[in-house]
Amino acid sequence: MKKKAVISLRKVWKIYKMGSATVNALRGVTLDVWQGEFVAIIGPSGSGKSTLMNLVGALDKPSRGHIFLDGKDISLMEESDLAQIRGQKIGFIFQQFNLLPALSATGNVGLPMIFQGIPEAKRVERATELLNSVNLGERLNHKPNELSGGQQQRVAIARALANEPEMLLADEPTGNLDSKTGGEIMSMLEDLHTKKGRTIVLVTHDIHLVKHAERVIYLKDGQIEKVVKNHKRGHKHA
Amino acid sequence: MIRDYVLLSLSSLRSRRMRSWLTMIGIVIGMSAVVSLISLGQGMQDSINDQFQRLGTNRLIIAPGGEFLGPGTADIVAPIMDDSDVDVIRNVKGITQVQGALSKTLKVEFKDEIQFDSIFAFETDSDAVDFVESVGLFDIAEGRELKSGDKYKAVLGYNVANEAFDDPIEVGRKILLDDIEFEVVGVQKLIGTGIHDGVIRIPQDTLRELTDEPRKLSMIFALTQPDLNPVNVKAIVERELRKHRDVKEGEEDFNVQTAEQTIGQLNTVLLAVQVVLVGIAAISLLVGGIGVMNTMYTSVLERTKEIGIMKSIGARNSHVLTLFLLESGMLGLVGGLMGLGLGLGVAKLGEYLAIGLGASFFRMHISTLLIVGTLMFSFVLGMFSGAFPARQAARLPPVEALRSIK
Repeated sequence: MKKKAVISLRKVWKIYKMGSATVNALRGVTLDVWQGEFVAIIGPSGSGKSTLMNLVGALDKPSRGHIFLDGKDISLMEESDLAQIRGQKIGFIFQQFNLLPALSATGNVGLPMIFQGIPEAKRVERATELLNSVNLGERLNHKPNELSGGQQQRVAIARALANEPEMLLADEPTGNLDSKTGGEIMSMLEDLHTKKGRTIVLVTHDIHLVKHAERVIYLKDGQIEKVVKNHKRGHKHA
Repeated sequence: MIRDYVLLSLSSLRSRRMRSWLTMIGIVIGMSAVVSLISLGQGMQDSINDQFQRLGTNRLIIAPGGEFLGPGTADIVAPIMDDSDVDVIRNVKGITQVQGALSKTLKVEFKDEIQFDSIFAFETDSDAVDFVESVGLFDIAEGRELKSGDKYKAVLGYNVANEAFDDPIEVGRKILLDDIEFEVVGVQKLIGTGIHDGVIRIPQDTLRELTDEPRKLSMIFALTQPDLNPVNVKAIVERELRKHRDVKEGEEDFNVQTAEQTIGQLNTVLLAVQVVLVGIAAISLLVGGIGVMNTMYTSVLERTKEIGIMKSIGARNSHVLTLFLLESGMLGLVGGLMGLGLGLGVAKLGEYLAIGLGASFFRMHISTLLIVGTLMFSFVLGMFSGAFPARQAARLPPVEALRSIK
């Protein structure tokens, strides 16, 4: 079976202007994220990792080169249309959880569905189901400030799954958690990959986390330094 | 669909409860000022229109003085109307009744207390009495109306009888007008206008005798045939009076007004006063709107990160715009709702105070238009004030918004 790319970057440059100086955050990166794979992007700070994650997450557009999401070139799209596609195809998991403080767990998980125009009854049903799947069935109506860090990150995972995205994009998902809780979150992500066949992109500086990935992309000075296949993992789900 | 956005906006407002309330106070104050002024103004207009409606529109008021001086200036310019004018008007076709009235200010004495009050005198034949009764502003509460054969008899306005003097003057008591004793035969109902409640009425012949002016009149009232347009009859009256008084058109030393004209003039004045007052109140509304704008700007700054999050999980610019507009619109709407309640309360209080002061005709007016208009306006005001901040929020690039610390 031919592998299908969820997102493809072709000779992508990202250039920032800082006053008179220009910074080449990314220099001609070419990369495919294949459906069903668990890929990690690792690199020290300043390597262009955050920039790459923004581009892979369709949060930003490249200065040069092309990015194809679901076959469409996003560098040609309006931000608003990009938002719509982002909401459908990509589920974000952030280091700081990034839940809306005014909303309950159910409300937070339901929010991406509101932006896709899904009716309330269906939203609540799906949010409840997702929160149950991350073992938060008892915390449906809790606000983020009533939840522990690990619980908040689990709400964030449930939210990322709300619109059945093609790819989960996790940016340092354990960065704000103690190692035990962080481990739980990582095994949850791994389960989503192995048991549910989710495509996962993990962006991190933590070398210990990359053992969960099938493929590790090392980034340095805005370029891909090397790509390593992790043979201990593999397509267990396939 | 829009319901979801309304609920989202509400939850966001609730999470900033204190600031939301403070912001709304501005709108509440402005709106309540506007609402109370409008409802009182409308009420005043209604009661004036009502009173004129009761009198009928087929009335003409003829007073000395040019057009621009207006009625009521009769005592300032030389009172230059008399019985001959009444005769001229009586002969105009389309006029059914003419009554001349003489008004003077006289010394009034009761139990050694002295005041100067305006005396109003109609004739006392049965036609005149019918006319006075038909006006509705001189209704008798106690005692009786003046009648033919009365000489030193008087009817007192409500305030003259009950408030002007230390002791109330009851029917049957004697008062002195220019040192001549009059018997009080009647007291009028409380009308609510200073002129009618503060008047003393005596027979016209008596007043003429007292003032030694056998023919002079201050004002002439005429009724037109109900099936004729009073404006047309008015033109004939004017023409005949010009002939009689030997003045050219445009240089009249008298003026004839239809009831509609009088009411129109009053309404114009009232409208002008209302516009000024509501305009002043609107300034506070403007300040309230700026308060909303300020709060919304602060909110955008504070929630930059939230906006970034929403955008990262699929919110379009239009979604963010809608959320922020609804939020500011709701600040306006809830503020407007409370302002409406408070304003109507203030108006009701004003009504009580006015009635307590004797202006019984004063009624606040609550119209559906006012209520719906207030609520719509306050919502739009809120949205309008939030438009710029909302646009700013909607246009934030997601990457930068997400990077924000807040």
